[in-house]
Amino acid sequence: MSILVIAEHDNSSLKQATLNVVAAAKAIGGDIDVLVAGENCGAVAEAAAKAEGVNKVLVADNAAYGHFLGENLGELVAEVGKGYSHILAAAGTTGKDFMPRVAALLDVAQVSDIMRVESEDTFVRPIYAGNAIATVKSSDSIKVVTVRPTAFDPVAAEGGSASVEQVDVVKDAGLSSFVSEQKAESDRPDLASAGIVISGGRGMQNGDNFKMLEQVADLLGAAVGASRAAVDAGFVPNDMQVGQTGKIVAPQLYVAVGISGAIQHLAGMSDSKVIVAINKDEEAPIFQVADYGLVADLFEAVPQFEEELKKVL
Amino acid sequence: MKVLVAVKRVIDYNVKVRVKPDNTGVDLANVKMAMNPFCEIAVEEAVRLKEKGVASEIVVVSIGPKASQEQIRTALALGADRGIHVETDEEVQSLEAAKLLKAVVEKEEPKLVILGKQSIDSDNNQTGQMLAALTGMGQGTFASEVVVEGDKVNVTREIDGGLMTVALNLPAVVTTDLRLNEPRYASLPNIMKAKKKPLDNMSPADLGVDIAPRLSTLKVEAPASRQAGVKVADVAELVDKLKNEAKVI
Repeated sequence: MSILVIAEHDNSSLKQATLNVVAAAKAIGGDIDVLVAGENCGAVAEAAAKAEGVNKVLVADNAAYGHFLGENLGELVAEVGKGYSHILAAAGTTGKDFMPRVAALLDVAQVSDIMRVESEDTFVRPIYAGNAIATVKSSDSIKVVTVRPTAFDPVAAEGGSASVEQVDVVKDAGLSSFVSEQKAESDRPDLASAGIVISGGRGMQNGDNFKMLEQVADLLGAAVGASRAAVDAGFVPNDMQVGQTGKIVAPQLYVAVGISGAIQHLAGMSDSKVIVAINKDEEAPIFQVADYGLVADLFEAVPQFEEELKKVL
Repeated sequence: MKVLVAVKRVIDYNVKVRVKPDNTGVDLANVKMAMNPFCEIAVEEAVRLKEKGVASEIVVVSIGPKASQEQIRTALALGADRGIHVETDEEVQSLEAAKLLKAVVEKEEPKLVILGKQSIDSDNNQTGQMLAALTGMGQGTFASEVVVEGDKVNVTREIDGGLMTVALNLPAVVTTDLRLNEPRYASLPNIMKAKKKPLDNMSPADLGVDIAPRLSTLKVEAPASRQAGVKVADVAELVDKLKNEAKVI
């Protein structure tokens, strides 16, 4: 077996998710090559060559790949990957964008967002927003797989000594072009990858009251989320929504404030390591999944929480 | 220009998902079904494009059992002009769905195809991209803004850590993310009117597509369940537990 891992990077540094994907590749077994596609991405290739367990690094360095456009990456990876038994990428927004194109061009199915490798053709993945866990087997000759990075412990970033080869495959589909990019301005971490998340629900009563949560978030280095009820009520924008139709989060600590715990919300956060619920209704379903529940009026408890945190942090 | 919107019938997002005791799948018997939420956003975007005078006709397509016609009617009530139902009781996986949609695209020749980024049942996030690859179209995935200008569409995409805008040649495929819009509700008069709008029915065989699945599901299990923890008396105790017991702050 031979596995091609598509590196995740920003043209200057290798993202850790790549090391998690290499770990998934090791769990499948076989020779592991890494494809670094980008523009002026030599440093990324050098970093990938040092990763544990990598046999060979292939570099496709061309302006066509500089912004990771799915149309161009799709054609490149389908061309380079057709000789491999498996093609793996992280299930981030880049991998989710180009990998299905690769699968379609190769006329094979894709297995999305795997959490575990059972064997070379059988994988475990969440469905229904993690409310069910499916074990699926692929009958295709090439397995195109995206990997949930947090489900695999990364391989060591140092210690490997893979060879680096240039790949002269230039695929510019001519269908799309990069216009602009806007990085999130907030100093707070990204909701989907934050180590701590504090979310507010309908109990927050209005958008201004979310400032209370933001102050606590800044103390903890946390991201701020919201329930669908809070979004539907117009308190905060859609992109803060945690839940089945919003972001799926699995932080070390999740603090639910004024959230009753509708099914759709629980589906988005119940993989969190530690869950705290603050709600004045002691019957709220959120308490059934919370490790620590505090039955209290949030307008008293949240400022107190901030004060207590200041004492210990 | 003509816009094609694909919609999927799925379990309602507010229903608690229960795994069947024999681990063959999820229990869908007598469960409330609805249009996939991301597909609702796709329909809404098409309707807004029509209201702006950009889209001239909205065709909505759904693949699935007979009951999928309910979701097509919902889209018609929201403002789509006519429906296409690709009827099958078989499981249709992403690649085969993309092939069916490709056949519909070849018949209808839309300038823009809008789909939800993923369905909340299988959570694959594949069909739109596969359709784009099979039809040789560009793709604007996870869209938070769609602006049609001449023979191009600018799509702002939600990417990890920010936003990215791409320009795509038309025809193109767009898949919707949450921030794109907030879908409206259908009014009763529009629901009545939708019943009279045309709805074509066809089978995968009519479209010449083999829908045999490539992936087989060996088993479906419930995730490890969480146990309710403890109630704390006050904030001081909470912070103490988080620091000294859970060690997460």
